[in-house]
Amino acid sequence: MAVTTPHFKFTGIAVCILAFFSQILFSQPTLAADRIGEYVVPSSRAAQVKQCVEPADHMRRYHMELIQHQRDATVRHGIRSTKYSLSNCISCHTGHTAAGAPIAINATGQFCNACHAAAAVTLNCFDCHATIPSGEGWNHEVAQQLLLLPPVSEGAE
Amino acid sequence: MTYASHSHSSPDAIDTPDSIDAVDTDRRQFLHYAAAGVATVALGGGAVLTTLTATAEPRTTPVTSTHRWGMLIDTTKCAAGCDACVTACERENGLNLQQSPTDDAADWADQQSAWIRKVTLRDNLTGQVTQLPLMCQHCAEPPCVDVCPTGASFKRADGIVMVDRHTCIGCRYCMMACPYQARSFVHQPVAQKLTQVPRGKGCVESCNLCVSRRDDDRQTSTACADACAASGQGAIVFGDLNDPNSPLHQALAQVNSRQIRQELNLNTGVRYAGL
Ligand code: HEC
Ligand code: HEC
Ligand code: HEC
Repeated sequence: MAVTTPHFKFTGIAVCILAFFSQILFSQPTLAADRIGEYVVPSSRAAQVKQCVEPADHMRRYHMELIQHQRDATVRHGIRSTKYSLSNCISCHTGHTAAGAPIAINATGQFCNACHAAAAVTLNCFDCHATIPSGEGWNHEVAQQLLLLPPVSEGAE
Repeated sequence: MTYASHSHSSPDAIDTPDSIDAVDTDRRQFLHYAAAGVATVALGGGAVLTTLTATAEPRTTPVTSTHRWGMLIDTTKCAAGCDACVTACERENGLNLQQSPTDDAADWADQQSAWIRKVTLRDNLTGQVTQLPLMCQHCAEPPCVDVCPTGASFKRADGIVMVDRHTCIGCRYCMMACPYQARSFVHQPVAQKLTQVPRGKGCVESCNLCVSRRDDDRQTSTACADACAASGQGAIVFGDLNDPNSPLHQALAQVNSRQIRQELNLNTGVRYAGL
C-alpha cells in the first residue's frame, strides 16, 4: 500500500518466504490456520486452510478497502472473478453448528461480529447481504474455484 | 500469496478442444494435494470433482458496450392467466422470500417488490385484450438515471439499467421518473435473501436482466425467458441487440415491434411485438 517503507518491505518479503516454507514444511496432512479460535471460528472452513486471501496482517488492516473496491468492480463493471468478494469471505468464514448448519456470520461471537464488537464497528452490509451461503450462484462457484473449498452445503437463511 | 500458485496452466494444453479438460484435470490433481484433508479426505474426491468440472467463467474484465442486452416480447404468444415469467423472476431473485408485514392482502400486493408485472390492456372500442409482462425497459436514455441525485441509478456499459444499492438513498425520484412503473421500493427489513441477490430495506430495485447471469459466459438467457419457453409460450426472446447474428436480432428483423411509450424516444432495450 502507500505506506510501504523499506522496513515494511522487508517484513513483507520475510512473510512471503516464511509462508512459502511453512507451506512446504507443514502442508502434509492438515492445513490449519494459526489463528483459529482468536477470531477465526473453529467450525468454519477458514479453520481448515492455511491462510486468508491475503496475509492475515494485511487482511486485518485493509479488508474493508479490499471489499469496497471489489464492490464497485462487481456492481459497476461486472467483474466477478476476484477473491475479495464479500460472498467469498462469507463462504469461508461462516461457522457451523455441531449438526453442520451454517451460523450467520454477523451473529454474536461469529467472525465478522466478534472483532467488530471489540473495535466498535457497525456494518449495515448484512441488511442486504446474506449472512450464510444461500441459494445458487456464481458466488459459491467462484468461492470453490478460487479458494479450493469443499462444496457449499446449502441452507436457507 | 500462496493462492497465486493455483492459477497455473499447462502450456501443452492450449487451443485444443480438450484443453479445458486438461487444465481441469490439472487443477483436480492440484486439489488433491493442496486440499488434502479438507476436500479429498473429508468429502471424497468425487463430490469435489463434479462440482469443479462445471466451473464458472465469471467475468475478469469490465463490461463493455460491445453487447447491448435486450428482449423481444411477442404479446400474441403471451397467454392469459400465465405467470411463469413472474414466478421465475421471483425465484431467481429471492422475491418469493418476501414476507408480508400486514394481513391486508391488497395492501401487500401494492407494496411488495415486483420486478415483472403482468399487464392486461383492453381496447375499449374494439374490446381486444392484450397480455404482456412489463419490467424495466432498459432504456438507452433512462429517465431514472437522469434524476438520481447520487448516481446510484446507472446504466452499465452493456445497457443494463440498475440501482447500485450501496449509493441509493431511497429517495424514489427514479420511481417517479420511470414511465413504466418498473421499480419497487423495499419498505421492510429483508429477513431472507439469496447470496447472489442482496436486497434490503430503504433501497429501490428493479429488473437487472439477471445481471449475475450476464457476467457468466455460460448463461445465455434470463430466468423469465427460460420459464416462458419452458411453459410452451416462447413469447420472450432474450439476447444481444448489437449482434446481427443473435436470435434476438433476427427475430426483431422479422416482426413488427415497437417500444412502449415510443414517443418518449428512450430507445428501450425491451421491444414488444403484436401491440
Ligand atoms: C441496500 C442493500 C445493500 C447493502 C446495505 C450493502 N450491499 Fe453490497 N450489494 C448489494 C447488491 C444489490 C449487490 C449486487 C449484487 C450483484 O449484482 O451480484 C451488492 C454487491 C456487493 C459486492 C459484490 C458482490 C460480492 O459478493 O462480492 C460487494 C463486495 C459488496 N456488495 C459489499 C458490500 C459491503 C462491504 C457492504 C457494507 C458496507 C454492503 N455491500 C452493503 C446490496 C447491498
Ligand atoms: C479460503 C478461505 C478464506 C476466505 C475466502 C477469506 N478468508 Fe479471511 N481468513 C482465512 C484464514 C485461514 C485466516 C487465518 C489466517 C492465519 O491464521 O494466518 C483468515 C483471517 C482473516 C482475518 C484476520 C483475523 C484475525 O484473527 O486477526 C481477517 C480480518 C479476515 N480473514 C477477513 C476476511 C475477509 C474480509 C474476507 C473476504 C474478502 C476473507 N477473510 C476471506 C480464510 C479465508
Ligand atoms: C480482526 C478484526 C476484524 C475482523 C475479523 C473483521 N473486521 Fe471488519 N473491521 C475491523 C476494524 C478494526 C474496522 C474499522 C477500521 C476503521 O475504522 O478504519 C473494520 C471495518 C470494516 C468495514 C468498513 C466499515 C465502515 O463503516 O466503513 C467493513 C465493510 C468490514 N470491516 C467488513 C468486514 C467483514 C465482512 C468481516 C467478516 C468477513 C470483517 N470485517 C471482519 C476489524 C475486523
